[in-house]
Amino acid sequence: MAAEHTKDLQAGEKRAAVSSAEQTRSGPVFTPAVDIFETATALTVVADLPGVTAQDLTIDLRENLLTLIGDVAPLEGPEEGDIIREYRTGRYVRQFTLAETIDQAQIKAQLSDGVLRLTLPKVEQAKPRQITVQGG
Amino acid sequence: MAMRSPLTGPVEESWQSSFLGRERSAEELERLREMSRLYEHLSGTSGQEPRAGVFPLLNVTQDRDHLYIRAELPGITADALSITVTDNTLAIAGQRTLPTEEAKASYHRREREAGAFSRTLSLPPGVAIENVSARYTDGILTIVVPKAETAKPTQIKIQAS
Repeated sequence: MAAEHTKDLQAGEKRAAVSSAEQTRSGPVFTPAVDIFETATALTVVADLPGVTAQDLTIDLRENLLTLIGDVAPLEGPEEGDIIREYRTGRYVRQFTLAETIDQAQIKAQLSDGVLRLTLPKVEQAKPRQITVQGG
Repeated sequence: MAMRSPLTGPVEESWQSSFLGRERSAEELERLREMSRLYEHLSGTSGQEPRAGVFPLLNVTQDRDHLYIRAELPGITADALSITVTDNTLAIAGQRTLPTEEAKASYHRREREAGAFSRTLSLPPGVAIENVSARYTDGILTIVVPKAETAKPTQIKIQAS
């Protein structure tokens, strides 16, 4: 394999989510790895959510607080017993406070192969208005 | 008699608790031994923790007819992944590439990683390697290894005399 320029991937321990809010749901909660980048027109969030399907993903944006919640249903059948368990599965949770004003109607979310790509277009800046003071 | 009674209480108690304790730990020890035997058998290494630098992490389960090997590999294309079985060794190798975003993008977070990976696993005897199948859904790779007929548990009937 021609992989001279690439580094080798190393498995890291899944990051357990540290939430300020207490969880009312049992089971492990993880922090997904994300890339967030911004251009002049949009903010894009890309998150690794292996095992999450579209119906188990909740994306919520209210008052500049963006919340991603992805649930992973166990893939194991009822008859399967563990031999090696190197990773655990559970819920993915991540929250971001957005600095920019987002055009809510134009948000696009795409989930494929366990990767979420969320495009959040910025609201067009309000054009500067000239205010004329009328003499009375 | 008056001197013995304060002693019997605690002695009895400690005997009981140490007995229960011993029973529990023997059971635990046996479970640990069994797990580490299975692990050594499947991976060719000893110990439960994966070695540093391995990727991807694997979960291996079994039912009566199959072994299931699962790995979390989000955002991989099928042609960037190769799975080979030779004799009783299963090898998973691949490459994770992240699409390049436009040059003007400024990053706030960059946590997702790209790179090459490979991992091998020794399969236990009694598996039908010619019928190994793999599927990739929602970023999870599942490799299904059927057990050979001879390795499946057989019910033995006791004949009435």
